[in-house]
Amino acid sequence: MTNWPILSLMVFIPLFGAFIISLIDGEEKNIVKNSKMVTLWTSMVVFILSIFLWATFPTDPGFHFIEEVNIFSSVGISYRLGVDGISMLFVVLSAFLVPICILSSWKSIKIRVKEYMILFLILESLMIGTFSALDLLLFYIFFEALLIPMFFIIGIWGGPRKVYAAFKFFLYTLAGSVLFLLAIILMAYHSGTFDIRELLSHNFSYQLQLILWPALFISFAVKTPMWPFHTWLPDAHVEAPTAGSVILAGVLLKVGGYGFIRFSIPMLPNASEYFSGFVFVLGVIAVIYASLVALMQTDMKKLIAYSSVAHMGYVIIGLFTFQQEGIDGAIIQMLSHGVVSAALFLCIGVLYDRQHSRLISDYGGVVEKMPKFSLIFMIFLLASIGLPGTSGFVGEVLVLIAAYKVNGYLALFTGLGMILGAAYMLWLYKRVIFGKVTNDKVTLLKDLDYREVCIFIPLIIGVFWIGLYPESFSIEFRDDVASLISNLDLVISINNN
Amino acid sequence: MLKLLVFLPLLGALLSGIFPKFIGKKGAMYIPTILCGISFIFSIILLHNAILGESYVINLATWINSGYFQINWALKLDMLSSVMLFVVMLVSTLVHLYSIGYMDRDPHQARFFSYLSLFTFAMLMLVTSNNFIQLFFGWEGVGLCSYLLIGFWFKKQSANAAAIKAFLVNRVGDLGLILGICLIYFKFNSLDYNTVFESVTLIKDNSFSLLNIEIPIIELCCFLLFIGAMGKSAQIILHTWLADAMEGPTPVSALIHAATMVTAGVFLVARCSPIFEYAPYALGFVTIVGALTSIFAAYVAITQNDIKKIIAYSTCSQLGYMFFACGVSAYSAGMFHLMTHAFFKALLFLGAGSVIHALSDEQDIRKMGGLYKALPYTCVGMWIGSLALAGLPPFAGFFSKDIILEAAWASHTIIGGFAFYIGLLAALLTAFYSWKILFMVFHGKSRGDISSAHESPLTILIPLTILSIGAIFSGWLGKPMIDTHHDFWHGTILILDNHEALKNAHHAPIWVKISPIIVALIGIFIAWVLYIKRLNFTQFLCERFSFLYRCSLNKLWFDEVYEYLICQPLKKCGDILWKKGDIGVIDRFGPDGIVNVCRKIAMRIKSIQTGYVYHYAFAMFIGLIAIFSWQFLLLFGWV
Repeated sequence: MTNWPILSLMVFIPLFGAFIISLIDGEEKNIVKNSKMVTLWTSMVVFILSIFLWATFPTDPGFHFIEEVNIFSSVGISYRLGVDGISMLFVVLSAFLVPICILSSWKSIKIRVKEYMILFLILESLMIGTFSALDLLLFYIFFEALLIPMFFIIGIWGGPRKVYAAFKFFLYTLAGSVLFLLAIILMAYHSGTFDIRELLSHNFSYQLQLILWPALFISFAVKTPMWPFHTWLPDAHVEAPTAGSVILAGVLLKVGGYGFIRFSIPMLPNASEYFSGFVFVLGVIAVIYASLVALMQTDMKKLIAYSSVAHMGYVIIGLFTFQQEGIDGAIIQMLSHGVVSAALFLCIGVLYDRQHSRLISDYGGVVEKMPKFSLIFMIFLLASIGLPGTSGFVGEVLVLIAAYKVNGYLALFTGLGMILGAAYMLWLYKRVIFGKVTNDKVTLLKDLDYREVCIFIPLIIGVFWIGLYPESFSIEFRDDVASLISNLDLVISINNN
Repeated sequence: MLKLLVFLPLLGALLSGIFPKFIGKKGAMYIPTILCGISFIFSIILLHNAILGESYVINLATWINSGYFQINWALKLDMLSSVMLFVVMLVSTLVHLYSIGYMDRDPHQARFFSYLSLFTFAMLMLVTSNNFIQLFFGWEGVGLCSYLLIGFWFKKQSANAAAIKAFLVNRVGDLGLILGICLIYFKFNSLDYNTVFESVTLIKDNSFSLLNIEIPIIELCCFLLFIGAMGKSAQIILHTWLADAMEGPTPVSALIHAATMVTAGVFLVARCSPIFEYAPYALGFVTIVGALTSIFAAYVAITQNDIKKIIAYSTCSQLGYMFFACGVSAYSAGMFHLMTHAFFKALLFLGAGSVIHALSDEQDIRKMGGLYKALPYTCVGMWIGSLALAGLPPFAGFFSKDIILEAAWASHTIIGGFAFYIGLLAALLTAFYSWKILFMVFHGKSRGDISSAHESPLTILIPLTILSIGAIFSGWLGKPMIDTHHDFWHGTILILDNHEALKNAHHAPIWVKISPIIVALIGIFIAWVLYIKRLNFTQFLCERFSFLYRCSLNKLWFDEVYEYLICQPLKKCGDILWKKGDIGVIDRFGPDGIVNVCRKIAMRIKSIQTGYVYHYAFAMFIGLIAIFSWQFLLLFGWV
């Protein structure tokens, strides 16, 4: 343990970096160059700090690295930061993906580079803040503020329908958050505090839980996204620049799942149990529906976007099984999805940078010109399918096992996603990578350069690390999940008696 | 040594996969081959040790650990795994060697050898696993390599389609397997073989009810596991991928789709014999599926014209034999046939590959004929392989097929009897199509241009020779496997005392013992009549029994039915859900709908904002009047 405020540093260093960039002035060429370098180094410093956070993280359950500054002590609002094993890993994931995003937009962003970099650093600060906030109101502020930089990133650097996509994204998530705000006020009113640690041990009455739960659920379900709140995701992904998609899929979708683990399940256990059947139905629909829709997509980014919906369906099913295996599996699945979907979007970004098309039909026979790229794409695709040994499998099998404990049919329907997932992914791969070259432009493609290989290597390491030795991740959150489950069982059994 | 054995092929795969430039073109071929050779030598030593009674487990590391779900990376050596290790490493090494000659004209050798070695590694992980999850790791790993190797010639549309089909059909089976594993975990709270097998008796009476029928848990368990085995071993219903898989290079067909991967299903059933033994209905199901596959595949094989497809269907049919052996509790007979089959089927495939190589990738047997002069060694090899496949003494297939049929007969159950007669009929067809190949390829008149045909290089002939020796002697050498007086398997295969098929098999009447030989000879005779003696008679038969002929030629329309009933509807479904569901309903009534409603309301309100002062003055006036009237009404107490 250290005494210096590592979490605050991680939240404020990117803001400071953004401030520095805003001061940069001079020739256009220098502005671009300097702002890129500042952003990269700032995000690297944050990443190193996050590694430090992970390395010194104690294994006993509960929150660590707590920082507290009273703001409005009369109403119990404070600046509180702290992480437990679950949120710590998400902080690391966020800090890990941002430098990769910066590197990936090194050449593909050509206009307003300075503003783009500033927005990315703000985004990073907000993401880390969301995962480390220990105050309900603070969490809300970070959670909602995340929308703003993302809105601009899609709206300014996006594709042809960027305005439609940006507004759709904004409206959907805002609709959810209004209810969330009301729920927060109600929760604070009844418990008298905004401190998440105290809220976790507060018992809300059953009636109140039944009111609060749907409000929280809609907010998180939009973020996750769960069927039928998912339609913003494909549009947002398609229009967003590559790095925007990476952050969207890699981190922002996890905020929903994180919300369920942090708030819905432990704070409203009885309601969560009451609604679990409903959640399973939505989860199974998400898995099968999204997989089938993904099968028919003609746009690669949309396909990956729908596959994200399906994978997040697994996460939600795992969380609501209330089994150690299920929640462990869901967390691993989220981490894995954070790496894998980010990588898949980067892969598509690589193709887009060269050809300026995301349509599957514009490709075919790419392997002849880009063998390295094809190998890397294959690795991530297999991880997405959940091949044992890659990161996707660990989460998937744990969720399936937990689902089986709840209900055999649940496992069966969830498992169907395994087959469909393989179908749409392999079909995509076949149409893009294999086959004869039909489009003349494909013959002009160049394989990955040094910078791009550097982007992918850490992601590949991540995929195999989670897949072959998930222990180094699960050891951090195992006890937190165990205590969460034992509390849950206790509360539910008291209530049933 | 076990560790080295398992990881050397992985090393080979990584070297030639990631650093092909560094080790050069020759290196990319020879290094994996040499590493496999070393592994093979180790596997002989380990087999020797295991026969002497050695068995141990090496724990490597933790893999997944969550609640009771504790899975380790571990390597297990016992009799069952050492036999598999031997078979896998032998065939794999020979196929590596063979590929050096076979792939000499291909520009992507490094990639090919990398996949081959990776496959070998996955297969080794499968057979040496100590728990079900690691088994699943190997299981999917071999599936992946099979996918990669079938689609190796990625420019061919048909190869890509076949690769995806193989992966997906296998995935259907894998879903069954993983659900079976989930159920085992749910019941035993463990997935270690030892723990599970020891506590089977505790839950053998547990059952659950489905539609008012009481189903024992253990039956469901075995049933689900067997679905996995059906997928991997191409049993009927899930068999469609195997014939298409012949799109891959021939050495791949020999290694993956004949000798090793497809037999993983049989291995699974044998490995899980302690569970299957308590599930009589599931065993019955295994027997029926095995018997039906053996006859169905043999029936389809007789009318095919692609040399590799005939052998592929033959593999399918032989796997059916292994399964019905397992189904009547003669697991060791199944394993025995697995071993001998690996020899002679790999031999047949490699022989066929030699023919194809010599004829510059011609696979249609109608365009061959009279090749025995040009390819004498290959011809001898194919003859030996066919004799072994048909089960004629003293070749390997005779011992193993005989014991399977005897065991089926000796199980004294209706299903066993059914399997016996079906098996006999399939044996007839087997002999028939084997000699159809021999006669049409090597004998008679040549029907195509074979002038450029030449005998293959030494790297192809050496594996053929070794496999020929195996196909001759392995049956005789492997006889202790089925000896019931001496426990060859050291307890790795459990057979309950009341399942005596294997014991009784040795006391089967003489007609049961010799009938397989007789039917095989009949099959050969028919083939001789039809393909050497009277060619026009074949034409007549095809027309006379045109329905049966077309059924066989079109493989009973399994592919078409699946395409029509499963693939098309799913695609249509996806399209409808996307265009009607997402865009038509959710977006239309969700975000877009709300936006539209807001816009309409805003338009209405906007039209009130005219900007003329007198309009606003008028509105204010009306408002004032309304307020005043309300006040008056209150004042006078009229409300």
